[in-house]
Amino acid sequence: MRHNIFTIFKREFSSYFNTPLAYVFIVIFLMLQGVFTFYVGGFYEGEQADLSAFFSFHPWLYLFLMPAIGMRLWAEERKSGTMELLLTLPLSPGSIIMGKYLAALCFAALALALTFPIWLTVNHLGEPDNGVIITGYIGSLLMAGAYLGVATAMSALTDNQVVAFITSVALCFLFTILGLPMVLDGVSAIGFDQVTVMVAGMSYLSHFDALQKGVLSLADVVFYIAVIGFWLGLTRAIIEQQREAG
Amino acid sequence: MPAMLEAAGLSKSFNGQMAVDDISLAVEKGEILGFLGPNGAGKTTTMKMLTGFMRPSSGSAKVCGELITGGNAHTRRHIGYLPEGAPLYGDMTPRAFLSFIARCHKMHGKRGAEAQERAVEAVDLKAVLDQRIATLSKGFRRRVAIAAAIIHAPPVLILDEPTDGLDPNQKHEVRYLIRRMSAERAIIISTHILEEVESLCSRAVVIRRGKIVADETPSGLKAKSKYLNAVNMLVPSHEASDIAIGLKRLERVASVEMASEGGQMRLTVVPAGQVVIANRVAELAASKGWTVSQFAVEGGRLEDVFRKLTSASGKGDSG
Repeated sequence: MRHNIFTIFKREFSSYFNTPLAYVFIVIFLMLQGVFTFYVGGFYEGEQADLSAFFSFHPWLYLFLMPAIGMRLWAEERKSGTMELLLTLPLSPGSIIMGKYLAALCFAALALALTFPIWLTVNHLGEPDNGVIITGYIGSLLMAGAYLGVATAMSALTDNQVVAFITSVALCFLFTILGLPMVLDGVSAIGFDQVTVMVAGMSYLSHFDALQKGVLSLADVVFYIAVIGFWLGLTRAIIEQQREAG
Repeated sequence: MPAMLEAAGLSKSFNGQMAVDDISLAVEKGEILGFLGPNGAGKTTTMKMLTGFMRPSSGSAKVCGELITGGNAHTRRHIGYLPEGAPLYGDMTPRAFLSFIARCHKMHGKRGAEAQERAVEAVDLKAVLDQRIATLSKGFRRRVAIAAAIIHAPPVLILDEPTDGLDPNQKHEVRYLIRRMSAERAIIISTHILEEVESLCSRAVVIRRGKIVADETPSGLKAKSKYLNAVNMLVPSHEASDIAIGLKRLERVASVEMASEGGQMRLTVVPAGQVVIANRVAELAASKGWTVSQFAVEGGRLEDVFRKLTSASGKGDSG
């Protein structure tokens, strides 16, 4: 099983770099990161030795960038017919789905890791709490994973990468704004506090909030892992259904 | 010896439509089974079930005695499969692609490298090993796909239209390759090229609307043709109509078909009830002093039988 996941992972991960797309993606990601942190987030103006200006924009960046990473995972296989090749190899569908997902996640992690200069910068300028920053990075990666989960499932639904991208962005947007005050105010206006709590609890944003402030709670980590598990389970169901349809 | 590939009552329906209807087959080592049928008859669906890609609505299939239709990943190691259209990862090189496939079959390190080398040699891919697959010619791409199907030396090979879209030379090469691999394996190929069945297969299975309508050797199938024992001759155009009239008067001749061929005319004398008429035709030609430049007795035409078996009305037209 582990061998198989790794075999799929390796092919998928290196395929990101077979075209210039990966490099373009990473450059755009890093540039946007800089723009948001320094101009929009006011990193200098805040005069604080922390990375809150950096992390607070991650959900909005990921909203577009994670669907861009994940859209090809299955849509491309379906379009070129290689899905049939892949699913008739002596590998379980679970290990194929996992290998592909982990490749996308590692690519996201690589892009995130390349933001290390901002961490060096803040350490050079002041004395930040590096524990908080590490928690922020972990939270950011978990959130990226949740977005990629959505993108994986949407990619399995279609053989068109553009459709996969758009539906992923729409769904990710929904799961992000669930935690915004304006949405929660609207929900609480209807009454039923439990519903409000539940809606807030489903949001990718609410769970990231605590993590980016340096609070590493088990509940938040479990939430993201459960969300990823859900979307990968859904991906599997979709793939099983698609292969039956021919 | 038990059959290497066995299907029992395989059926598949899509939204209530039967695409494959109760197909049972057994293929033994050394056999090349040609799977014939018009487009949409259920060839590809059957193959998808035989490879474990699709679950049958009912029935089952076994490969080397192990159940393949239950979604059993482990059993798939016995099968080499070339899906329709030979899909490949275009952005990889054949080298990277084949080593990926080898690893998927759990052949790592030296074992994988050796398997890869054997497969590359079998399909003669050395020259293009490091070019991107997307930039290769169709013939080379097909060879890469076949190499991927045989890399783990599977006892059963399932090839969906292996020569489709190739030029005649490439077709010849692929057929040669398949024939060479057949001694140690059970092979199923699907095709709608009838000459391929004649030149390659030891057995032909014709399906129509998901059902098997014939399961015979290619020559046995051909013998069902009305052209069995027909006489084929080439005569000058200006004599053709007289000759045809003379031939039609002959006993046991059902019809005479004419087709012009340059300045000459090809006459096909079709016997009634497949009886041997060659002697009488030859005697007549000699006694009348006709100029006959070619004279041959036919063994039947697959195309004719295929049309008879698979056309909607169930009858062949005698064009």
